[in-house]
Amino acid sequence: MIVILALHLVVGITVLALAGPLAARHWPLFALAGVPALATVVWLAAALPTIIDGGVRTSTTQWIPQLGLDFDLRLDGFAALMLVLVAGVGVLVVAYAARYFTHPTTRNGRLLGLLVLFGGAMTGLVLADNLLVLYGFWELTSVTSFLLIGNDHEEPEARAAALHALLVTGAGALAMLGGFIVLGRAAGTYSLSAILQDPPSGTAVTVALVLILLGAFTKSAQMPFHSWLPGAMVAPTPVSTYLHSATMVKAGVYLIARLAPVYATVDMWRPVVVTVGVVTMVGGGLRALRQHDLKLLLAYGTISQLGFMVAVFGWGTAASETAGCVMLLAHGAFKAAAFMVVGIVDHQYGTRDVRRVPRPGPGWGPAMIVAVIASASMAGVPLLFGFIAKEADFAAFVDQGAGAALALAGMVLGSVLTAAYSLRFVAGIAGRLAAPAPKPTEARQRPGHGPPTWSFVLPAAVLACASVAFGVVPRLLDGVVGAAADSLDAAVGDVHLALWHGFTVELALSAFALAGGVLLFLGRRPVGAVLALGGHLPSASRAYLRTLRGLNTVADRTTKVTQPGSLPLYLGVILLTAAVVPGILLLGGDWWPGWPHVVEVPVHVPIAAMLIVLALAASIVRRRFSGALFLGMVGYSMAGLFIIQGAPDLALTQVAIETLSTVLFVLVLRRLPDRFETAPGAARRTVRVLIATTVGAFVFLFTIAVGSIDPPTTVSDTMIEQAYPQGDGRNVVNVILVDIRGLDTLGEITVLAAAAVGTVALARAGRRPGAPAATGVRRERQPPPMPVARLVTIDVSVRIVFAAVMVGSVWLLFAGHNQPGGGFVGGIVAGAAVSLRYVAGGLPEVRRLSRGKPWLVLGSGVAISAATAIMPLLMGGAVLQTGAHTFDLPVLGEMKVTSALVFDIGVYLAVIGLALMVFESFGDDTRTLVAPEGPGPSIEQSPAAVGQEGFA
Amino acid sequence: MSVLMAFTAAVLFGIGTYLLLQRKLSRLIIGLGLIGHGANIVFVTATRRGRPPLIGSGDPSAFADPLPQSLVLTAIVISFGTTALLLALAYRSWLLTADDEVSDDIDDRMVGRDSPDAEVNDAARDASGEPLSDAASEMPTDLPLDVAPGSGEVAP
Repeated sequence: MIVILALHLVVGITVLALAGPLAARHWPLFALAGVPALATVVWLAAALPTIIDGGVRTSTTQWIPQLGLDFDLRLDGFAALMLVLVAGVGVLVVAYAARYFTHPTTRNGRLLGLLVLFGGAMTGLVLADNLLVLYGFWELTSVTSFLLIGNDHEEPEARAAALHALLVTGAGALAMLGGFIVLGRAAGTYSLSAILQDPPSGTAVTVALVLILLGAFTKSAQMPFHSWLPGAMVAPTPVSTYLHSATMVKAGVYLIARLAPVYATVDMWRPVVVTVGVVTMVGGGLRALRQHDLKLLLAYGTISQLGFMVAVFGWGTAASETAGCVMLLAHGAFKAAAFMVVGIVDHQYGTRDVRRVPRPGPGWGPAMIVAVIASASMAGVPLLFGFIAKEADFAAFVDQGAGAALALAGMVLGSVLTAAYSLRFVAGIAGRLAAPAPKPTEARQRPGHGPPTWSFVLPAAVLACASVAFGVVPRLLDGVVGAAADSLDAAVGDVHLALWHGFTVELALSAFALAGGVLLFLGRRPVGAVLALGGHLPSASRAYLRTLRGLNTVADRTTKVTQPGSLPLYLGVILLTAAVVPGILLLGGDWWPGWPHVVEVPVHVPIAAMLIVLALAASIVRRRFSGALFLGMVGYSMAGLFIIQGAPDLALTQVAIETLSTVLFVLVLRRLPDRFETAPGAARRTVRVLIATTVGAFVFLFTIAVGSIDPPTTVSDTMIEQAYPQGDGRNVVNVILVDIRGLDTLGEITVLAAAAVGTVALARAGRRPGAPAATGVRRERQPPPMPVARLVTIDVSVRIVFAAVMVGSVWLLFAGHNQPGGGFVGGIVAGAAVSLRYVAGGLPEVRRLSRGKPWLVLGSGVAISAATAIMPLLMGGAVLQTGAHTFDLPVLGEMKVTSALVFDIGVYLAVIGLALMVFESFGDDTRTLVAPEGPGPSIEQSPAAVGQEGFA
Repeated sequence: MSVLMAFTAAVLFGIGTYLLLQRKLSRLIIGLGLIGHGANIVFVTATRRGRPPLIGSGDPSAFADPLPQSLVLTAIVISFGTTALLLALAYRSWLLTADDEVSDDIDDRMVGRDSPDAEVNDAARDASGEPLSDAASEMPTDLPLDVAPGSGEVAP
């Protein structure tokens, strides 16, 4: 069974892929598209003898056992009956589409591929024995239906109809999923057959059933959820034939049929399901009588018939289940044929409006015969399949009590309407309803639109023949229908379909329905006037629109409130939430450890004082640059704190970072206005202070709480123990960074790389040489060229210092594994050294430092670290597993190289790359400068200038 | 952890938050920096203080806790990257507006003004009824959502 599903998937995707290149080759594409449905038919034919004998085919694949989600497939009698429809009509529809789409285009090829995919989804839906799998296929049919309706995506009407269908069926399916989950939990299994074997009951199950029914009603276009189906008629006729009459819309009926034998006795089931079904049947019939568009007429007819089937299956007795099965097949045969004929008329004449369809000329005979047979079967004329079905339906409701009698009355009324619109259909398609004036319609004048070829009519003719054959000799279907009904309800027993049951109540009702239909049709003018009053009733499509608009309005208002576009507001809400929610928990908890020491070591006092005062200063000053400087001083104070706490690595890093940051701030802030403008209003300030105080108070409480936790052993002790034996390093902090938590570090430098790339992109956008300025960027605010006078003394001294600092940074890198230092620190120190070069010679001086572009340095750093992390994996170890090798070097003596060191080199390079990119972003490009003339600073002689030539 | 250092961290967080709630990017950056420092204070003072954790330099039980140190170390470097990125934003803002003020997001406010799905609404109205029947003409056409997107006035 999985093979069949996979075949649909593969062929569907292949057809989609070939739709473009093979658009001109019509036949191969359609032949390929027919394969899955044909294969299903063959497979089904092979399995049918077993199924008729009451056998079942199953296939189980474990998927997510923890969720009770197994890919269970089960072919029983009812599934086989549905598959006959899905695959049988599928083959015919592909054959029909091959003639319908006379001008092969990519779009038609895509439609074809989607049809195949839909066929697979529908097959899966019918075969699925797990509720969740069934739901999955159910949604897949909705999605393919959406795509098929909206295939002409340039038409707003098609898009809207597709959306309408998706929203209504999707909402229903969501409710259904909820119902499935409740039902599955109540039963302890999601297996459909197991649930039906041993059905759970209770209030929860009743709720679940209501939810599931919502899904079924929306899918099967039951009132008041029917409005999407007429809209879906914008799709090409093959799609309407297949999805919106023969198969997909029957998914809801299918589900009701499965559940009804077990749950029909639950209090609400019969009143709800049968009422909805009968109301839909009558309502759909009334609407069908008013349609001028033949396709819409059939669409409302489908709604009506679906209501009929829902009511019959929903009744849930052995007789009604059997009758429903017959009805399913009969409807598939006559409705698909009728749709196909409408498509032919539409295709040949260019219209399907009964007021404009001309009378058929010579050559239209076969098509018209098919149309007459199909609509006669629809109306329930004896000797046709539809009659057999209707008889069985009525019989199931005779002598069943008051409720059944009421339902039966509704069904007979519906059948009267069915007969009437069937007549209207025949009259319309034969051009008898066209305007009486003999003015030649434009359609008839179109050249080359004569009668259809026989191959165009053939698929519909096959269905019409089936309607006749099963209508005359219904016992041909005894086996299939018997097996189907039996698999639904074991009480069914043997089924014997017959044309003649004697003079029974149902025969009288059938005759009454036909006669009433003829009368209604003959008196169509007065009837039409009455029906026109129905236009004033509330319509479901209007309700749908109101709902849609209402939702949009609610969404708009919500957005307006929650998304006013103000960054301070967003941040305020986020920060306040982050402080208040856990803060309440803290206040409510019983954790208070008592006050810890007020002061741990005396030297904390000056440090804390400095931190507080400097932070306050940073926030109060009105000059941007002063603020940045104060922030830097807070950083240096932090370095002091780190030393006191016993963290020399941190102190080193912090100092280097602050140095680099200060240069960075200078580079950017020099552009910005010197001072902040006027202070915000008092009210705003009060709010800010309040939020800030709340956050501060929370942090205070939280820190006390965290500090009070004193676990007896910590993971850190293990790390200290393992650092040397496992990581070959004496500096535990560095071992943690490059070895124990090396994967984290790899992530961090990746973040750094992303930040660096973002920085360059933001700062240099619109500054590419030759590229026009980005829109909105004012050219005049581009950084003006800065004439720099270079002094030999500075140049030379900077170079010497630079060399010294670089050596130091490399030493930090290599020593870092055993002493304070490491890749991060080394890299930042190197970055600080780079800033010296910038001060001396601007951007070109920085650019001379690396052969490659700065992003290459950055990227190679990340790449080296990543490679080091992955390498052990290739050699069969774990990610970042440490390897070590000891070299004997002539001068330096024994030197141990660990893979962690290589990793750290990557970190080092990445950080240097970041620094280089910062200068690339904000530095001044002095290359554009014209050297000052005359006896100024001796530019020509300076070593920097010599180097610059080499660079250029 | 002492009350003093908890208080210091809290003050840094508070001031940082205050600055974060302003509209000037420079101040936001300073505020973010202060909050970062505050977090680092919590990390290094809430855990064991001691000698630098270098194996062989003494009794391991007297070492400072190395794990928060390594966390803080990466935090310091990352915050440099963040600062650089935010400064690039400020720089860009200066290129565009000669200032580093974060003004209200016009697009955000536009979202609340009119529905982006106005077209869908219109088309749904056309399609879901009965195109050839008289009922279609009775559809209301003057609902407010028919306004085309972007036609609403937006205050700068």
